Amino acid sequence: MAEPLSPGLAPRRYTEPRWLRWLLICIALGFLTLVLALPLAAVFQEAFRQGWRVYLESFLDPSALAAIRLTLWVTAIAVPVNALFGIAAAWLMARFRFRGKTLLVALIDLPFSVSPIVAGLMLVLLFGSQSLLGNWLREANLQVLFAVPGIVLATLFVTFPFVARELIPLMQQQGTEEEEAALLLGANGWQMFWRITMPNIRWGLLYGVVLSAARAMGEFGAVSVVSGHIRGATNTIPLHVEILYNDYRFSSAFAVASLLTLLALLSLVLKAWLEWKITRDQDAHTRDALDGAATGTQP
Amino acid sequence: MTRSNPSPASAPSPATTKRGFATQRRVLPGFALTLGYTLFCVSLVVLLPTVVLLWKTATYPIDALWSAVSSPRALASYRLTVGAALAAASVNAIMGSLVAWCLVRYSFPGKRLVDSLVDLPFALPTAISGIALTAVYAPTGWLGRYLEPLGVPVAFTPLGITLALLFVGLPFVVRAVQPAVSDLDPAMEEAAVILGASRAQTLFRVLLPQLLPAMFTGFTMAFARGLGEYGSVIFIAGNMPMKTEITSLLIITRLEQFDYAGATAIGAAMLLASLGLLLSMNALQWWWTARGGRV
Repeated sequence: MAEPLSPGLAPRRYTEPRWLRWLLICIALGFLTLVLALPLAAVFQEAFRQGWRVYLESFLDPSALAAIRLTLWVTAIAVPVNALFGIAAAWLMARFRFRGKTLLVALIDLPFSVSPIVAGLMLVLLFGSQSLLGNWLREANLQVLFAVPGIVLATLFVTFPFVARELIPLMQQQGTEEEEAALLLGANGWQMFWRITMPNIRWGLLYGVVLSAARAMGEFGAVSVVSGHIRGATNTIPLHVEILYNDYRFSSAFAVASLLTLLALLSLVLKAWLEWKITRDQDAHTRDALDGAATGTQP
Repeated sequence: MTRSNPSPASAPSPATTKRGFATQRRVLPGFALTLGYTLFCVSLVVLLPTVVLLWKTATYPIDALWSAVSSPRALASYRLTVGAALAAASVNAIMGSLVAWCLVRYSFPGKRLVDSLVDLPFALPTAISGIALTAVYAPTGWLGRYLEPLGVPVAFTPLGITLALLFVGLPFVVRAVQPAVSDLDPAMEEAAVILGASRAQTLFRVLLPQLLPAMFTGFTMAFARGLGEYGSVIFIAGNMPMKTEITSLLIITRLEQFDYAGATAIGAAMLLASLGLLLSMNALQWWWTARGGRV
């Protein structure tokens, strides 16, 4: 590396002058305050504006309780389904090469680029009373639209790629040596999966689950199109917040909103922790691989 | 989604030998099982609804579709949606890159907290962001009450819509640019200094060109997200037809009027627009990589 030309000149040229550095930091933080921090603070300030009593009573309202129950149910169905799909898709994408793979990846990613309203519209067209399937469902006395199954389907659609998107790059990076070794040593497919693959991807899987759970609980647009807004029956927490807000019951709306906000903050903390875990596991992996390369080549 | 992922299709997979499709020998088990299950899920959850939307569109007469897509109210909503999304993505491309630069290059108190907070728009339900932004920027809100007398009404104007899209798009830019800033090769900067460049010259002629592809990726993702955004916008938008009505809301209005042809036509137009955007972004990135630039 070259010596600095003159001791006094070099640091100034390698980075910005001190005043400019702090000016840039202040501009960045100011922007983040205006766009992110103030709205976040506003949720809690508005929630407690009328005191603790109103805050707590907002949760005891039967329709609030029903909304919380429904949201938990929908999340409990959508997240495991998507996790199972994510594991299968990641195994397929990271371990095999086949024709049409790029197209399949694009299809898995499609829900990211479709507006949630268009997603809801698709379900209305698929299950609505004017469609073939809708007629058949009506004769079978099954209600999908404006009922819980529709909400579950809409949530499944919008959270579809989350787990797969997390696991595909992780599994690609980890490579196949360990799994091949397990097979060579006589493990069958399931033994290899449970003893090698799952322990390797567990943090990434949990990370994807956290992301899709956060999205499942908070989905608004797609669910709002298919739910029909029936109070106490087909309202999830975000829809309940919308109704309270439109009824000018601001404190209650923000109180219920603060519950989801706390969950969002919790998911950010979990995310930071899991990212740290994943990097640590990967470092350990690389170290093992280097050790293996240094010692394992000897017969 | 929050981290930049390498394209899964391009990475080599050592588990298969490169022979004909039918005669490939696969070392690892589970190809048929996972392929079948993935195809089943994708067809049911993604493909079927998408095909139904396009198929339904095709069943309506073309002039009904055209009049729905090109009605003055629809045109006004496209102008508003595209304009606000473009404006928000442009501001985000600059401010988000600045945030990413500060987070990677400088150290300041609370940096890790700020770094985690950037992901808030990903984690916070959109409806909550909508009412929270309205609480801050409405004429009676924390900042709105000072902005209103200055002649800058934010809530219930296109500016408010842009602000909401600024909120939802920010993490896309920061998370796209951050790895690019950390990957900058210090040798380039040293070479520029040794060759006598000032800091400003190094910044604008050496560093910025290397960051542009990442900034562009973040810009496009924020723009695409802004086009389809609904929850965070409708509370702050005011939702006046022809003035502050976004396209997503127009679809809902048409559905509530039982105008299925209108809703389907505009929905299909939005779907095709976002697919076109996705395709052209991939093509552009491919072209960029083919030219030897870094993406």
